Amino acid sequence: MTWLWFFAKIGVALGIIFSLGPVCIMGDRKISAWIQGRVGPNRVGPWGTFQPIADILKLMMKEVIVPDGVDKVLFLGGPLIVFIAPVFGYCVIPFGNQIGEEKLQVVNLDIGLLFIMSVLSVGVYGITLGGWASNNKFSLMGSLRASAQLISYELTFGLTMLLVVMMSASADPLKSASVDLSKIVLHQAEYGWNIFGGATWWGLPSGLIGFVLLFTCAMAENNRLPFDMAECEAELVGGYHTEYSGMGFAMYMFSEYCSMILSASLIVTLFLGGWSFPYLTDPADHSFLAGVISIGVFFTKICIILFLYIQLRWTLPRFRYDQVMSLGWKTFLPLALVNIGYMAVIGVFLEKP
Amino acid sequence: MDAHNPHADAHKDAHALVAHAPPGLSWLARASIAAYLPSIAAGMAKTLEWMFRPAVTLRYPEQQYKPRKGYRGEHRLKKDEQGRPKCVACFMCATACPAECITIVAEPAPWPDRDKVPAKFEIDMLKCIYCGMCEEACPCDAIELTETFTQIATTRKEKIYDKERLLKN
Ligand code: SF4
Ligand code: SF4
Repeated sequence: MTWLWFFAKIGVALGIIFSLGPVCIMGDRKISAWIQGRVGPNRVGPWGTFQPIADILKLMMKEVIVPDGVDKVLFLGGPLIVFIAPVFGYCVIPFGNQIGEEKLQVVNLDIGLLFIMSVLSVGVYGITLGGWASNNKFSLMGSLRASAQLISYELTFGLTMLLVVMMSASADPLKSASVDLSKIVLHQAEYGWNIFGGATWWGLPSGLIGFVLLFTCAMAENNRLPFDMAECEAELVGGYHTEYSGMGFAMYMFSEYCSMILSASLIVTLFLGGWSFPYLTDPADHSFLAGVISIGVFFTKICIILFLYIQLRWTLPRFRYDQVMSLGWKTFLPLALVNIGYMAVIGVFLEKP
Repeated sequence: MDAHNPHADAHKDAHALVAHAPPGLSWLARASIAAYLPSIAAGMAKTLEWMFRPAVTLRYPEQQYKPRKGYRGEHRLKKDEQGRPKCVACFMCATACPAECITIVAEPAPWPDRDKVPAKFEIDMLKCIYCGMCEEACPCDAIELTETFTQIATTRKEKIYDKERLLKN
């Protein structure tokens, strides 16, 4: 029975990531078309809904060209690494409440947040290795940019996560802070979402700033458009995947969307109350129906965040590389530090038992 | 930078806030990044609004573009009431053509009312820039541009229109 549950949960987690992936690709193209006053893909299947399938089929049937002078192992391994990382990360995301005794989370790690943190950074190895192995200056430049950007924004990312951990401890001084994602969500379900400051009114500015910071950093880490320094067509041909074709390119493309979904889930889990929604879900209700509803709530929230991602991509122009760096180091990092400083100091003075 | 370049000035304006803040206060200027948030929100509202507007593009093969009156498409050689080409092979159009895509070879006319007729009249449609100068230059009103929008060919040769093809248009 436990094994059955285990596989069912893996199924749901993989289902979320692999079903939303093509939907995201499609959504990206359709929404960009609508915003630009176009129709978008509409030939394959009804309203063009089979377009992502056609895309993937096309890329699968294309020849994988391995240029002379590349490091074959790393060249072919790069896409694999980026592809696997977000899937790995998904195993600690709580995508629903409990059904009976079973938490709706593939593995309930005590160190969920740290696990996510490390897995999120593994993805950039794939990009860096792929770009370096390509033996092409543009690819190398793109991958270097990707790693520089990731390191810069990882700091703010981590500090914002720290803020969440502090918030999840703030309501009940006797309870210690937790990096267990399911506990963070439960705390939000009970006391209020972290974006609104968690349990306390004075946390509100902190929560809002934290949300904006996390959202932006997640975007920067996924190399999404306002921050897509790594594949900047205007300067770097195609960036790190210039030399890739066929399946290698498909995996890079798909993994961008997968890690988008992972970070959207992370944002939802950390700041938007995970699977909880007032009056719709009840943390104490462990029936099957309530579990399904909580999965639905979680799914809807991810979709909203993903939509925001896509819309932002087609709204904002791309940053210049030095602007990205100065935004990360000179604005976001101090802001995040001040933010957790505020949270810590006020927490100590106002919440002393 | 060049002070007379308006772009340079605009660029300066945009960054003046951060670049020219008093030394001790530059962190404040930088923290004013929050000032961008309303603009970003306004931009998002704009794109959201555009999402719900009807598309402005045509679904081409099904919906055909109908050119307005006066559109300059493929050429036509006109005929007079008796069905003869109006052209008198005066070379005015070939001279006026800025793309030099009209090739005319003249021959003596079989009819008494004119000296010459074109033996060969070719327009290279791929060189033509559809400026309409030939139409302007023609003293006999013998050539004009039609409103044919779609031009299809599979080889370059097909796009060199000879006299017969132009008369058919
Ligand atoms: S339209 Fe212009 S370019 Fe074309 S044949 Fe006439 S004069 Fe030449
Ligand atoms: S200008 Fe008119 S009449 Fe003269 S050669 Fe051209 S088409 Fe013929």
